[in-house]
Amino acid sequence: MGLSLFLEQVLNGLQFGIMLFVMAAGLTLVFGVMGLINLAHGSLYMIGAFACAGVAAATGSFWLGLAASLVAAAIAGVIVEIVVIRRLYARDHLDQVLATFALILIFSEGTRYLFGSFPLYLDTPAILSGAITFPGGFQYPAYRLAIIVIGFVVAAGLFWLIGSTRLGIRIRAGESDREMITALGVDIGKLYTMVFALGAALAGFAGALLGAIQSVQIGMGEPVLILAFVVIVIGGIGSIPGALVAAVLVGLTDTLGRTLLPIVFGTFMDNSAATSTGSALASMLIYILMAAILVFRPTGLFGARG
Amino acid sequence: MLKSIGKIAALTAMLVAGAAHADPIKVGMITTLSGGGAGLGIDVRDGFMLAVKQSGNKDITVVVEDDQRKPDVAVQLADKMIQSEKVDVLTGIIWSNLAIAVVPAAVAQGKFYLSPNAGPSALAGKGCHKNYFNVAWQNDNLSEGAGAYAKAAGYKNSFILAPNYPAGKDMLTGYKRTYGDGLAGEVFTKLGQKDYAAEIAQIRASGADSVFFFLPGGMGISFMKQYAASGVDIPLVGPAFSFDQGILQAVGAAAVGVRNASQWSKDIDNPTNKAFVESFQKEYGRLPSLYASQGFDTAALLLSAMGKADVSDADAFRAALKSADFNSTRGSFSFTENHHPVQDIFVREVIKEGDIYTNKIVSTALTGHGNVYVDQCKM
Repeated sequence: MGLSLFLEQVLNGLQFGIMLFVMAAGLTLVFGVMGLINLAHGSLYMIGAFACAGVAAATGSFWLGLAASLVAAAIAGVIVEIVVIRRLYARDHLDQVLATFALILIFSEGTRYLFGSFPLYLDTPAILSGAITFPGGFQYPAYRLAIIVIGFVVAAGLFWLIGSTRLGIRIRAGESDREMITALGVDIGKLYTMVFALGAALAGFAGALLGAIQSVQIGMGEPVLILAFVVIVIGGIGSIPGALVAAVLVGLTDTLGRTLLPIVFGTFMDNSAATSTGSALASMLIYILMAAILVFRPTGLFGARG
Repeated sequence: MLKSIGKIAALTAMLVAGAAHADPIKVGMITTLSGGGAGLGIDVRDGFMLAVKQSGNKDITVVVEDDQRKPDVAVQLADKMIQSEKVDVLTGIIWSNLAIAVVPAAVAQGKFYLSPNAGPSALAGKGCHKNYFNVAWQNDNLSEGAGAYAKAAGYKNSFILAPNYPAGKDMLTGYKRTYGDGLAGEVFTKLGQKDYAAEIAQIRASGADSVFFFLPGGMGISFMKQYAASGVDIPLVGPAFSFDQGILQAVGAAAVGVRNASQWSKDIDNPTNKAFVESFQKEYGRLPSLYASQGFDTAALLLSAMGKADVSDADAFRAALKSADFNSTRGSFSFTENHHPVQDIFVREVIKEGDIYTNKIVSTALTGHGNVYVDQCKM
């Protein structure tokens, strides 16, 4: 395997990881701060993608669509929090799973009602189409590079928000002691709604960004949701830095595993069996990674509570 | 003399009455109408119902249920339809794994099953049954067409990829069967995978002269968009599933020029197909896909058999189905001994027609093509 192929795969892994982070950040905040398991996070991802595709088709501008994805997912998040989620904080996890699973079905069929059953068209903006050629003849799609940059900007913004703003202090306080922060006069209900809307907006943003290179269709959020849960478990529930490290780790493991394992198996098996076994094992790799990390760090890499 | 004329008249009246009051037939359609794969089921249903409506036949009732793409749901629906709805014929299933779960039990209970889509090798070979008819294709067929095209086009170093599940493996086998040797690489992806950056990087590095891919539905949309943006310009070949009318609009310009193999295309030149495309567009306001054509043909076959025999006489009805005496949208159509189609497989190219992305036929890959599982089938 040549160096340029390896470099390309590392970039692919990074791009995959950083988008997982944007998706998982909201999930880990909601889980960490409110103790809520939100299965409908994938639906918010889908709402973002559909909003972007809808607005981009109507206006012809991908960037307006991207802005719409943030707004639509945040609004959907606020509505869902006020109407449904608010009633679930005091309930146990099973009730939360049941209610948010119902939300997935409602959102999926609601989206079908509005947009029909066929996948929507959403393409990358013209300015970012095609590939960039690096010195040495190494090519990489411009849009994926942009995603990596946007992802790190979002990550930096989140670190700043959580680490250096008043809202961030409240979020962290809410995470460590819910009763105390209420007693100190912080409107916890409002804080929860804001955190939920923030997480929803990020999920919708990730959906719109990835929708442009993948397919905008019903049910697109659920496969990503599972990976996002893996990320927050590896990173430690509630930890933003943990989510970042875990997301990049998962992205690199998955991408490099998919490329390298069949090659490794090919050294001692015949080609067809090697690709089949290698790809089967590659699809398990991130779960093996998760299990291995949990053996040594049961609360995840950055998990606070023991 | 007068007496015998009276007799003849009475007899004729009886015959006419008999034809008008043939045994009514009840069809149970189990198909996917919700979730990510709903577009396919909706097309099959709409195509089927269009043919029923056009026939004006009042003796056929169709019960439609949604299997949600889940094998357990499909099995429950089949039980319900057979036991409480008392259907005579089942149809509609899109996915091979669902067909394998439902079909053997249904045909064992004496029901007929007409497949408008899934054609797993398991039901074509050892698991074939006299009451099971496939009106679409055996799973390998379109990939065999793509392989024949690749060979004829002079490709000698194909990179091939498909999801790691039974149909994916069937497709790669089908391609290799007609394409022959000389692979630049063979990759199995995860079922439902949406990001193909890693595979595209491998394709770029492989030195291939062509890429064969079987990635149905959203997987194919993602792959083609990412492939077009990657700067790799090795020609793509595939079976029609990634190029049907329902998803081409979502792929957009990234698909233009791609060659794909299909048993149907909207520009097949015969009166049945022309009328079908026109009336489908008029009825539903969109162009039909190959799935819609398969649904339409399935209903046309059933209606033709109803005109020849009563479903209560299973042997006669089976023979009527087997004779395939209907006008197919595909032109020539007959059944092999294991009740799968003998048909032409065409090479289509994706074009832009006005604002719509669609396919046009460029050549014929295989003529009068059957399947390789006939010998394994003992009915």
